[in-house]
Amino acid sequence: MNPIAEECIALIAKQKSISPEQIRLDSTLDDLSLDSLDRVSIAFDLEEKYDIEIPEEKLGQIKTVNDMVTGIEEAVRQKSAKPSATA
Amino acid sequence: MTRVVITGAGCVTPIGQDLVSFAENLFAGHSGIREMTDRPPELHFSHTGSVKDFRPEEWLTASQRPIAERSSAFAIAAARQAVSQSGLVAAYSGDSIAVILGCSTGGRTTEEQEYRKLYTTGGRIHPLTVPRVMASAGTSLVSMEHGFTGPAFTITTACASGTHAIGLAFHLVRSGAARAALTGAHEAPLTYAFLKGWDSLHVVSPTACRPFAADRDGMTLAEGAAVFAIEPLDSAQARGAEIIGEIVGFGMSSDAHHITQPAPAGPAAAMLRAIEDAHATPDEVGYINAHGTGTDVNDRVEAEAIHRVFGGRARTLPISSTKGLHGHAIGASGAMELLATVLALRRNLLPANAGLGGTGVDPALGLGHVLLANEPASPGLALSSSFAFGGLNAVLALRRFEA
Repeated sequence: MNPIAEECIALIAKQKSISPEQIRLDSTLDDLSLDSLDRVSIAFDLEEKYDIEIPEEKLGQIKTVNDMVTGIEEAVRQKSAKPSATA
Repeated sequence: MTRVVITGAGCVTPIGQDLVSFAENLFAGHSGIREMTDRPPELHFSHTGSVKDFRPEEWLTASQRPIAERSSAFAIAAARQAVSQSGLVAAYSGDSIAVILGCSTGGRTTEEQEYRKLYTTGGRIHPLTVPRVMASAGTSLVSMEHGFTGPAFTITTACASGTHAIGLAFHLVRSGAARAALTGAHEAPLTYAFLKGWDSLHVVSPTACRPFAADRDGMTLAEGAAVFAIEPLDSAQARGAEIIGEIVGFGMSSDAHHITQPAPAGPAAAMLRAIEDAHATPDEVGYINAHGTGTDVNDRVEAEAIHRVFGGRARTLPISSTKGLHGHAIGASGAMELLATVLALRRNLLPANAGLGGTGVDPALGLGHVLLANEPASPGLALSSSFAFGGLNAVLALRRFEA
């Protein structure tokens, strides 16, 4: 499993006080009982960790753990593709 | 009229994190005021009444953990003890139980941590900041945990928050508007910016507070919670609940005078109204657990108010402030002091006013019976007083429970 997927699963596990083994990439956020407050908290932690910003509309489209992982991967890719302001 | 009794009590305080240890330390005179371990060096004071070794993880459920910050965690822990001791859950339907707590400062730990990040690095604010910071979070979390869906709110009247909350809960139960209530107060104000704010006011003792002492030099800030389960006497007796105390009166007033300086008329009116509400007379009062913060002004004005209410009896009436042991936990102090008063009546033992070992009681106050040591007594009526910044006053009247 890639490090971003591991991070997403670890954060969900921490937020819900469950074991990471209970979380699969195809688990839906509803299956994991992640309410809206849980979702924004996890998104916040991921934004902090990877120094990215997840757009509001993307957040609403995340239905599964895998959606979350690909969303973060995309945001990280976009960030590294952007020329740095100081470069 | 419905008599209202206390059938459960819980606490998280600098002198004990349950009823038994609170009572033990209260009557042994073991102070919870200690030197700060991580004292900001520029502060003019060094001591606080912190709740040592409080472990939120032992109290918070998985769903409470992300939301409950220190102040709410104190409320949850104290409330759970009170609910467990009282057996309220099995005795009443959830929709007939009120939750009324006092909290003045809200979730300061989170607030300061998040705002510091924002102002120093322009970083993001955690999305749980708002629910963690709101002063009413403790009431909500306690209500959610126990499924109490009756009237629920948080009262914020600075240092009188807890006494106001308990008084209003008492009136709700006495009137029948709620069948039972969980009431008390919680506070976690020992955060850097808040300590600095108090430092700037120049009212904090450089050492430890000594209420009513001739050499008193200020208050000592503290934290914690105390929560009570209250219900009508007849239903408590019918279900065989253990009754640990009886609340008989509540009085409130406003000084309408100054945002920090007290004036004697307000506290005197609140004491008289509590006595009237108890259908009693000042002559019946045999003990006052005073607000007694240890500041020059509070203790002077409170003494003057006691003289106005009790006249010549001010020289013989047993009085103590227990803040020399647990410190001043802002909104939660009234709830801790009610607990001390309940225990005093239950044990027929009035707790000493800690901190008088040096110069003794200030003779200028004209209070002749500030308790230098614990004193055996069975007062007919006892008062527990809280007089807040901004002149908001609240006083509870209690009797030793006798069926």
